[in-house]
Amino acid sequence: MSSPRYWREIPQRYRLEAGKCTDCGNIHFPPRLVCSACSGRQFETVKLSDEGTVFTYTIIRVAPSQFVDQAPYAVGIVELDDGVRISAQIADVDLDALEIGQRVRIEFRLIQNEGEAGIICYGYKCVPA
Amino acid sequence: MVGIVGYGTYIPRHRIKVEAIAKVWGADAPSYERGLLLKEKSVPTPDQDTITMSVEAAKNALRRAQIDPSEIGAVYVGSESHPYAVKPSGTVLAEAIGATPEVHCADFEFACKAGTEGMFVCIGLVQAGLIRYGLGVGADTSQGAPGDALEYSAAAGAAAFIFGDDKVVAEVEETYAYMTDTPDFWRREHQFYPEHGGRFTGEPAYFKHIMGAARGIMAKANATAADFTYVIFHQPNGKFPQRVGKMLGFTKTQIEPGWLSPTLGNTYSGSSPMGLASTLDIAKAGDRILLVSYGSGAGSDAFIFRVTERIDEVRDVAPRTRDQLDNNKVYIDYGTYAKFRGKIRKAT
Amino acid sequence: MRDVAVIGVGMAKWGELWDKALRDVFVETALLAIDDAGVDHIDSMYVGCMSSGLFVGQEHLASLLADYLGIAPVPAARVETACASGGLAFRQGWMEVALGQSDIVLVSGIEKMTDVTGDGATYALGTAADQEYEGYHGITFPGLYAMMARRHMHDYGTTREQLAQVAVKNHRHGAMNPLAQFPFEVTIDQVKSSVMIADPLRILDCSPITDGAAAVVICPLDRAKTLGDKPPVKMVGSGHATDTIALHARPDITWLSATERAAEAAYKMAGVKPDQIDLAEVHDCFTIAEICVTEALGFVDRGKGGQAVESGFTALGGTIPVNTSGGLKSKGHPVGATGVAQIVELTKQLRGDAGDRQVEGARVGLAQNMGGSGGSTLVHILEAT
Repeated sequence: MSSPRYWREIPQRYRLEAGKCTDCGNIHFPPRLVCSACSGRQFETVKLSDEGTVFTYTIIRVAPSQFVDQAPYAVGIVELDDGVRISAQIADVDLDALEIGQRVRIEFRLIQNEGEAGIICYGYKCVPA
Repeated sequence: MVGIVGYGTYIPRHRIKVEAIAKVWGADAPSYERGLLLKEKSVPTPDQDTITMSVEAAKNALRRAQIDPSEIGAVYVGSESHPYAVKPSGTVLAEAIGATPEVHCADFEFACKAGTEGMFVCIGLVQAGLIRYGLGVGADTSQGAPGDALEYSAAAGAAAFIFGDDKVVAEVEETYAYMTDTPDFWRREHQFYPEHGGRFTGEPAYFKHIMGAARGIMAKANATAADFTYVIFHQPNGKFPQRVGKMLGFTKTQIEPGWLSPTLGNTYSGSSPMGLASTLDIAKAGDRILLVSYGSGAGSDAFIFRVTERIDEVRDVAPRTRDQLDNNKVYIDYGTYAKFRGKIRKAT
Repeated sequence: MRDVAVIGVGMAKWGELWDKALRDVFVETALLAIDDAGVDHIDSMYVGCMSSGLFVGQEHLASLLADYLGIAPVPAARVETACASGGLAFRQGWMEVALGQSDIVLVSGIEKMTDVTGDGATYALGTAADQEYEGYHGITFPGLYAMMARRHMHDYGTTREQLAQVAVKNHRHGAMNPLAQFPFEVTIDQVKSSVMIADPLRILDCSPITDGAAAVVICPLDRAKTLGDKPPVKMVGSGHATDTIALHARPDITWLSATERAAEAAYKMAGVKPDQIDLAEVHDCFTIAEICVTEALGFVDRGKGGQAVESGFTALGGTIPVNTSGGLKSKGHPVGATGVAQIVELTKQLRGDAGDRQVEGARVGLAQNMGGSGGSTLVHILEAT
């Protein structure tokens, strides 16, 4: 991953900053310029909840190049307590015991890096609550 | 008065037992278990490093401090395993907790003493009125070469302390530093594993500097061992802090709450700071605590804290250190450990 | 708007075409379509291709292909909407002819996927997901469909067995298609014991990595009657819709709303209802995809896609045979080519030219081609003349 691409999303990757539409109250993660619910264009920055529930999940056994070392690993769609859904890895979990409805919380983790010489990319993962 | 406003720790969930390491190398597990009082140690997963653990420990410290992170004026991460050789760990930490951009930031390295260095500097800056709050973190994902004595103890963990002069949970009564040039343990640039001087790391290194610092700060504060409710020493294994405590006249009861190494291992820069956090978890208002770190190379930082009544308000708003140490453990075998620590590599 | 017809189709054997360059794969297939149509020139061409840049390092594709086909300087454009690129090329070509801009248009789709390694292909395909908020976390395409499958099983009781039955059915169909990459049958046990890719999806739940192209020639319906000697097939309905490309952003991750919307538009234009469809080629990139697609197309009720395959409703001989060509599963899935290959199959079926896998009396066929996890979908309805 190139530095600018990684760096630009730091508020989202590190702090889960989202945009809340001041017209209809919809929370968008990542923030948008136009609200997909009401076409509003005014937003306030809010931080997403750091706990949630597993909505669905899978175990990635064949991984893209930057993740080959990590496979197998669990990923899921997690519904955070503020109702926003995110995709994230689910770490520190027994791959055979994972289930829909399981409670998780956000932890700061290393997400990917390109080889031994590139930048290290951090961000959110979920872990069992 | 300047003191600790918030504190927090982070311990990875994975553990390896000393006997699992000893079995692979044909070593005598009981000699580590009884001789060095080491049973097991924490192991980071490949997605955990000094930065990620620092962030989680700092978030726990912020939960207890209950301050606006943008009021933190300094962020210091002490570690001997900063993920980058060049590029600070502290910038990631400061960004992750929302302390940027008006913040001073630096990474420290002084073997196992780097954590207390950041704390030491924060105290000075707050005292001088240069910053309102300062965050000092000690964290490591320490590595021991396969089969080396260090492999039985080198562990992972982090402790974070926020200093300020309001909302204090433990006042800083005294600080002291003791340092000489003593090459007992080192890692050269581009080397993966550290080297050490074997028994030379004991008497002329660990014991001399810890005792020098402990005696120095007690003299400065006109105190004796009996004046402290608790004491924490750097913990390269289970045995050394017990022995140095005894040599200085401390009892096991004073050492016990912060004595984590038998089941945690040596978290290097995180070691004595995590012991302090664990002690604060059970301390009461008025308790006096002595903290003495040690970093090879070599030197010790010493601090005397006096716990305030606010401790009761903050103790349980973040996970206690002992709870993280004792619960939710996942034991792994040596093969998994070797994979997690990059000792073996998958074909690409 | 003018009525438009397909007058020629072309497809060569798909698979791992080690000795053929992307341009050769294209020209060979385009010539089959041109010869089938019996035309002596092309006015314009569209090519659907998802990622020649990542797969073979070649952009600026349409001009290169027009040049090698010997039709330059006619206008040529590449269109891209991930795995629905072929379907989009067909829609663009149809609009150009319908609007009277051109008369004889070559619509093709192509992907040359085997020049990169397995993880390289996984990465390239992964770029059709939200790169910053899905791909960043190591989520792959099998992973996204696996999460849909997990939720479909949770919400509707769809079984592992039913997923396998999609693969078994499509391989049974594909075994009758000599151009398919994997023209052989598989058993439920083989599917259920194949290598796990992203739980619960196994390798035999996934469409393969394929090199291949497909091409059709289209023209105004009134000219079709004077060109060539094959019965023209009329384009009667087209729909195109989008959805969030991030799966997690959808209110119901098992409901393919872009497919529903595109189908609504195509049904409306064609003036037909789902129960009037005689056969369909749909985007079974994974077994779960066909189950969700048959629901969104209105062939069966929501949540009943698994039962539909189990009961034989979607098999050859069933009520609406789905993927008589073998689908992406057995025929192969050179991503950009897939949408056009669906039109090739429908044309053969509606001409009565589909050999052993011919659907008796087929008059109306539907093609559904989608990109990503359903973020874009093209639906076309063709009718025999």
